Amino acid sequence: MYHSYWDWNVGKKIIADLSQWRKTFEWVEEPYVSPDGETIAAIVKPEDLKFSVCANGELWENYFDKIWYLRFKPNNSLVALVSKDSRWTVAVAGQTWENGYDFVWDTRFSKDGKRITVAAVNENKYFAVTDGSPWEQTYPSLSNLTVSDDGRNAAAVVQSILFNSGEIFKFQQGCYTAAVNGKAWGTNFLNIWDMSFSPDGQHLAAEVRKTLYDYTIVVDGQPWDKNFLSVWKPKFNPKDGSVTAPVKVRGGWALARNGEIFWDERFLQLWHHQYSADGKNIAAIVAPRFGQWTIAVNGRPWPVTFNNLVTDLVVSPDGRRIACAAKSDGQWYIAADGQCWDNGFDMVWAPVFSPDSRHIAVKVEKDGRFFVVIDGNPLKMDFTAAWDPIFSPDSEKIMIKGIGCDGNESQYCRHILNLYD
Amino acid sequence: MTKQSPANIATIPDEGIDKGGQRLTTDQITRVISRHLEEEGGARLKIYMETCVHCGLCSDACHFYLSNDHDPKFSPAGKVKQALAPIIRKKGRVSVDFIKKASEIAFTECNLCRRCVMYCPFGINIAYLMLFIRRICHKLGVVPQYIQDTAHSHSATMNQMWVKEDEWIDTLHWQEDEARDEIENLRIPLEKEGADIFYSVIGPEPKFRAQLIYQAAVIMNAAGMDWTMPATSGWDNSDMCMYTGDEEMVARLKKVHFEAAMRLKTKRIVMGECGHAFRSVHDVGNRYLGWKMSPLSVIHAIEFYYELFRDRKLRVRQKYSIPVTLHDPCNVVRGGGLHELARYVIHETCSRFVEMHPNREHNYCCGAGGGVINCGPPYTKKRESSSKVKADQLADAMARGAKVIIAPCHNCHSGLEDTVKHYGLDMEIKFLGDIIYECIYK
Ligand code: SF4
Ligand code: SF4
Repeated sequence: MYHSYWDWNVGKKIIADLSQWRKTFEWVEEPYVSPDGETIAAIVKPEDLKFSVCANGELWENYFDKIWYLRFKPNNSLVALVSKDSRWTVAVAGQTWENGYDFVWDTRFSKDGKRITVAAVNENKYFAVTDGSPWEQTYPSLSNLTVSDDGRNAAAVVQSILFNSGEIFKFQQGCYTAAVNGKAWGTNFLNIWDMSFSPDGQHLAAEVRKTLYDYTIVVDGQPWDKNFLSVWKPKFNPKDGSVTAPVKVRGGWALARNGEIFWDERFLQLWHHQYSADGKNIAAIVAPRFGQWTIAVNGRPWPVTFNNLVTDLVVSPDGRRIACAAKSDGQWYIAADGQCWDNGFDMVWAPVFSPDSRHIAVKVEKDGRFFVVIDGNPLKMDFTAAWDPIFSPDSEKIMIKGIGCDGNESQYCRHILNLYD
Repeated sequence: MTKQSPANIATIPDEGIDKGGQRLTTDQITRVISRHLEEEGGARLKIYMETCVHCGLCSDACHFYLSNDHDPKFSPAGKVKQALAPIIRKKGRVSVDFIKKASEIAFTECNLCRRCVMYCPFGINIAYLMLFIRRICHKLGVVPQYIQDTAHSHSATMNQMWVKEDEWIDTLHWQEDEARDEIENLRIPLEKEGADIFYSVIGPEPKFRAQLIYQAAVIMNAAGMDWTMPATSGWDNSDMCMYTGDEEMVARLKKVHFEAAMRLKTKRIVMGECGHAFRSVHDVGNRYLGWKMSPLSVIHAIEFYYELFRDRKLRVRQKYSIPVTLHDPCNVVRGGGLHELARYVIHETCSRFVEMHPNREHNYCCGAGGGVINCGPPYTKKRESSSKVKADQLADAMARGAKVIIAPCHNCHSGLEDTVKHYGLDMEIKFLGDIIYECIYK
């Protein structure tokens, strides 16, 4: 992606001193840092009742009555949800979309960061807006906004039939459907929840409840033949387009493909499954027994288990390695390749793989300080705040982004380290 | 005081039960129940049903029995005898009318308060048995309309009150604006990743009691807490599906709640003053999902306030001077052991405290819990008359000087409000948060 254009010269770059911002503005919210580490930004209050964004010390020229959900896109530009005179819209690098709405929320980016979609409402009519273009159709309610990887397709759960509160039997006939780019599927369900687009954005799969008791997966409006006691979020195989989902059957949770049981193993819990890029391997978070959590790869659980939780499952780019965050007896750990790394922490973020899949770096927190652990070894740098590390495209270097290194507690720096020094 | 037995109260028709029942046949009932008994009627059910010696020691524990002239129909074992024993004896071959009656008993004549459990020599958990019936009713589609509607709301919006995604966020913005009129630069931090505390509330807060969110923000601010709330679903910790017997939805709701807190990398969940939500998050839903305990530490507002005073994070400007009494909510006291912590907070903030009797884990249920109040207007009168013993208990505390009832639970609040009104008691009901907000340095 963009990483190759970034500055990968080894060394430290001082980007900003936040103590200056705190002197200038009476209100400075928590800062956000761009993926390339070159920009740090926060919502600030330059004037009474007026908000703006300060990025590397520079203020957006536009001020707003309210700003929330400031985030960097994957391509490093800065986006926020802003309001002026009770109209809400999206501001990109301080410039707003042309149209305003009663409210906007749930910002979604395409993987490359080029497209932005938000959920919006005007006069109780709900729709999605991509790069300033609203859906033609509107609905009485909208939730679970989902975008395809390229950001060209957006879907949401929408209400298709109106009912009054208390009309329980009407509700049970099915009053919800999914809308893709504004157009409703045409089949209604009691409920639709999490949805996934196929990698090419052409198909949509969703968790649904057909009756109060029958759960299944729907692909492009067409339910699987079989019903289950419950289901979790479906995923498309990136190669052959088949759809898999965790399903609950008598005896436990299993993985199903296109409606048929696919993994023989049964688990007490199974969710958040992920594919390797070649579609050959599937890893999932599982509980083989009550209160014991681990990762299963192609149905086979790791020998190591955790008694609190497992989360943030990440598959390496080559699809051979799996890493995750886990918690046992109140301590957070990092686990990779079936083994738990030594040190325990107060919090662990999602592991980050190097492009060549050989290295894993993870942001962690201990005693109020933030560190980065690489391949099991904590770096000797600690921060008052830090962001996820990123490896260089050649996997030789790593970027560490943090505030408060080298004794200056308000200085934000971007460090490029050589992995092999 | 008015004395009216539910036996004399004409019940208003309930569409959920009546129309739900119309769709059933005896064969269907038998099929669904036999399968249910086979799949879910395990050792626990068998032991409870076979161990009960009908000694009646549980009767005097139940406020329904006490409030209804000791009518055995309302005794815990009596309710099991009417609504569950025939199901088991006849292996599910019961009539539609039987199911309708069983639904009414299980949903509206037991608060699942578990007081009786403490008085049974064998520890038989009547609430479990009533929930067993409710789950059968869920599977048969014979659930009181109002609570079923709430369960539908949970499924469609992941909250109890049909609150849409934007309405939730907008409410937080609005409360933040309001609070800033009082405390400049106060913030309700939305989606703040890495905050220490994930603060979750129940659906009725943004809908009807938004000032509680305001007050919580003021308390968090005064105590210097690093906290956040999500701008996604998962903000509502409540769970009426736990009371309708829809366990699959309970699991889904708790997954969304815990995963919102995990996504935001928060270290612990602090829950607002709600009892049933606490039961659902730290005892029931977590376990349906396969967690032995909660994956993240979960603390109820009572314990959170206790910590804030213990650690001197909050300072009292002036103690609350009107005499207060405390209603110990079943789910956080019998179910969570927080009674002494609640008293600690009261002693820190109030100058005069009157105990009600019985108290702590022996306190009587408010009459609203277990989803009973959520079954709505058809059962209000029955609920009020079944709270007579509660009214007597409150009247006694009032006679000894109490003017305010502190109830750190939403359901208790609503139930006690009805009781106070129905029995003409001159008492006000407050949350602990109301008292704290009033008396601390902000
Ligand atoms: S759980 Fe409570 S309401 Fe239900 S029977 Fe026992 S004492 Fe009565
Ligand atoms: S006290 Fe226990 S054994 Fe006695 S009647 Fe009640 S439930 Fe049965």
